[in-house]
Amino acid sequence: MYRYDEFDHAMVKDRVEQFRGQIARRMAGDLSEEQFRPLRLQNGLYLQLHAYMLRVAIPYGQLNAVQMRKLAHIARTYDKGYGHFTTRQNIQYNWPKLSQVADILDELASVEMHAIQTSGNCIRNVTADQYAGVTVDEVEDPRIYAEIIRQWSTFHPEFTFLPRKFKIAVSGAVGADRAAVRFHDIGLFIVRDDAGEVGFEVWVGGGLGRTPMIGKKIRGFVAKADLLAYLEAILRVYNVLGRRDNMYKARVKILVHETGTEEFTRLVEAEFADTRGGALDLPAEEIERIAAYFQPPAYEALSDDPPALTARRFEDKDFNNWVRVNVARHKVGGYAIANISLKPVGVPPGDMSADKMDAVADIAETFSLGGIRVTHEQNLVLPDVRQDRLYDLWLALRDQGLADANLDHIGDIICCPGLDYCSLANARSIPVSERISQRFADLDRQYDIGELRLKISGCINACGHHHVGHIGILGVDRKDQEYYQITLGGAPGEDAAIGTKVGAAFSAAEIVDAVETVVNTYLAIRQPKERFIDTYRRVGDAPFKESLYDKAA
Amino acid sequence: MTKLLKDGKVTPDTWVHVTDGDAVPETGPVIVTLARWQAEHNSLAGRTDGLGIRLESGQSPEAIKDDLARFAVVALEFPKFGDGRAYSHARMLKDRLGYEGEVRAVGDVLRDQYRAMYRCGFDALEIAGDRPADKLEADWRAALGELRHAYQPALRGPEPVLRQRHRAAAA
Amino acid sequence: MVQRVVTGNRLADGVVIYLGQDGGWTSKIDAARVAADEGEAKLLEDIAKAAEKARMVVGPYLIEVTDADGAVTPVRYRERLRAYGPSVHPEFGRADVPDHLRMGSEAEFVHLNGVAG
Repeated sequence: MYRYDEFDHAMVKDRVEQFRGQIARRMAGDLSEEQFRPLRLQNGLYLQLHAYMLRVAIPYGQLNAVQMRKLAHIARTYDKGYGHFTTRQNIQYNWPKLSQVADILDELASVEMHAIQTSGNCIRNVTADQYAGVTVDEVEDPRIYAEIIRQWSTFHPEFTFLPRKFKIAVSGAVGADRAAVRFHDIGLFIVRDDAGEVGFEVWVGGGLGRTPMIGKKIRGFVAKADLLAYLEAILRVYNVLGRRDNMYKARVKILVHETGTEEFTRLVEAEFADTRGGALDLPAEEIERIAAYFQPPAYEALSDDPPALTARRFEDKDFNNWVRVNVARHKVGGYAIANISLKPVGVPPGDMSADKMDAVADIAETFSLGGIRVTHEQNLVLPDVRQDRLYDLWLALRDQGLADANLDHIGDIICCPGLDYCSLANARSIPVSERISQRFADLDRQYDIGELRLKISGCINACGHHHVGHIGILGVDRKDQEYYQITLGGAPGEDAAIGTKVGAAFSAAEIVDAVETVVNTYLAIRQPKERFIDTYRRVGDAPFKESLYDKAA
Repeated sequence: MTKLLKDGKVTPDTWVHVTDGDAVPETGPVIVTLARWQAEHNSLAGRTDGLGIRLESGQSPEAIKDDLARFAVVALEFPKFGDGRAYSHARMLKDRLGYEGEVRAVGDVLRDQYRAMYRCGFDALEIAGDRPADKLEADWRAALGELRHAYQPALRGPEPVLRQRHRAAAA
Repeated sequence: MVQRVVTGNRLADGVVIYLGQDGGWTSKIDAARVAADEGEAKLLEDIAKAAEKARMVVGPYLIEVTDADGAVTPVRYRERLRAYGPSVHPEFGRADVPDHLRMGSEAEFVHLNGVAG
């Protein structure tokens, strides 16, 4: 993984000192809250319902064991013993004190971490495919470019006061999109042109929130050397032309929509003609320098499906389920990618105690060469596990209560913090998630249902990504009561789709039954091998509407 | 009343902003709005005492690109410090349009944005409030020094880290 | 008669606070000063604004309360969460919350929605 050099170290250190000074000025009254707010947001610090909240960046979701231990230490020392992994591969602490935030950031800096630009109207954490570097279906490792973009965007003086936040995602996979690239302000796919040269396909204007939109492809190929010049062109057009009159219409997706894709592209290309070939040229040496950090480790020469593994799978049904559901194929023979679900029954999705963080750090060192990834679906990944050690890994995870074999099933719920924590929310989301996960706790039932991506947001800002859930749930406030809207048919990946509202919202008491009705409807009408989303695409809303709302049914 | 912080020093400001509708003073350097310039450029063009122009945050410097040589000062407005369009406009002026006069920040100009303004090409800042000149100059020096490196190229500021790294490697 | 109190967050640590009967700021809504009419509500707002300038509170605002159960309780469920703590982590909220207002998933749903969850 990337390691800081003297420049990176100085950068985060200077930033902490700068923010320490700003906090002092705020506490002394030299800065009003209005003046201080954007400064603290650009250091990841929100003021929420009960307390401040600190969002720590996990660049493109990559962590090592040392960093994980530090996150545990911070949870214990400065917070209430836990953290929350988010839908943008970051981690949030819900109870820091303003008076201690600079100390927290100092501690993070000591392990090459920070909270820079995780909020505010600036370029946010660049996310990437969580299987980067280890998946079979990859053109090139997207982490290389995510790191390059991270550096270019950090403290960019021109783009510190954009109309709104700006999110970039990168994927290097062929066919599959595990990073929801089409739902970002800028989405980048690593591709080859006809000559076999590697470059980027550029999408702009995707996003969720109030007005969900799938992005538009504006350029089929940008050469590596031109990457930063092209991004700068897009950002400059957005900074200058993005709406500033209405914060709900200020994202770049609205600009693309209102300007028209063709005209927007023309504006970007005109700006690119200017930025290209100048100071933003990305030299091959820099790409190579950064790529070197992401070189594969020294793998051993091993075979797939070693007898130790296959025997254990045969003997132990639970282990077999876990391998079948949570383990993905690694590009190197004899290795595997192991997913750790953070969605056990009865725990807020994505939450992790400090003790469990420490345990995962140890486990990562023992089984995965110290590497850990965070996914935008609020789970963890151990990217480099020997297949002949999967059983021991599973035992170790099970000891920690981290072996739930529910990945991509209905138990693997994506859920925002909701009104229990978030001042933007209209309704609570976590209790709904917990009750659904209790209702469907039976794993055999989950497997019978098959792949089903359920996502819950506590408000229209859609941080729970409900728009791209196969089943999405949106919490709303109706006459000061919590109600829940169901959407169906969303999908975040290469088959990108925005879910459609199925009908009137359900009360807190009704919503879990309603979800069960939707699931049962699917089970009743599905054809062989059809996942929920396949059946939905075949039959549409009608059967579900009927089951949910038709009094005669 | 504002103080003018130019090249790091609080400098006497002889320039006068003329509100639309007010008469343009007969003598002395004046800054007029874009609307004023467009309506009265014949009479203003001949002004010998110095002419400047003020752009709102939504007005692109493209609108004045053919007349840049006439303006000794281009003032770019920050109606609220969170409206960051002027950062791009300053760069467009200096970079693409080759403007050689003074680019000035006016409006909600605050200490915590000094460094970004400097890096984007602002030469001068009009600062409201009653903070004494020596403290403003100290703020400026502190602000510029707060982040000793820069990752990305800009109009000014430290040499981008990228170049420093590869120079060191080549050495 | 609409009853109101002023609430906000404490600057140094973000804790939820209420303008108290003694003019100070308290983390317990029970000790909040209740404004019974518009005039008193305005007065509380003015006090709060001055306190914000003095860095004792961030973003103060008025909320509706009721004393129907003999204790000062917020009307809106959002403000109940602020007063008593997150419903999903009762251990992080107040220990002395009346049972029917207790923030636990089941009890909360039952109380607010009148039916079993």
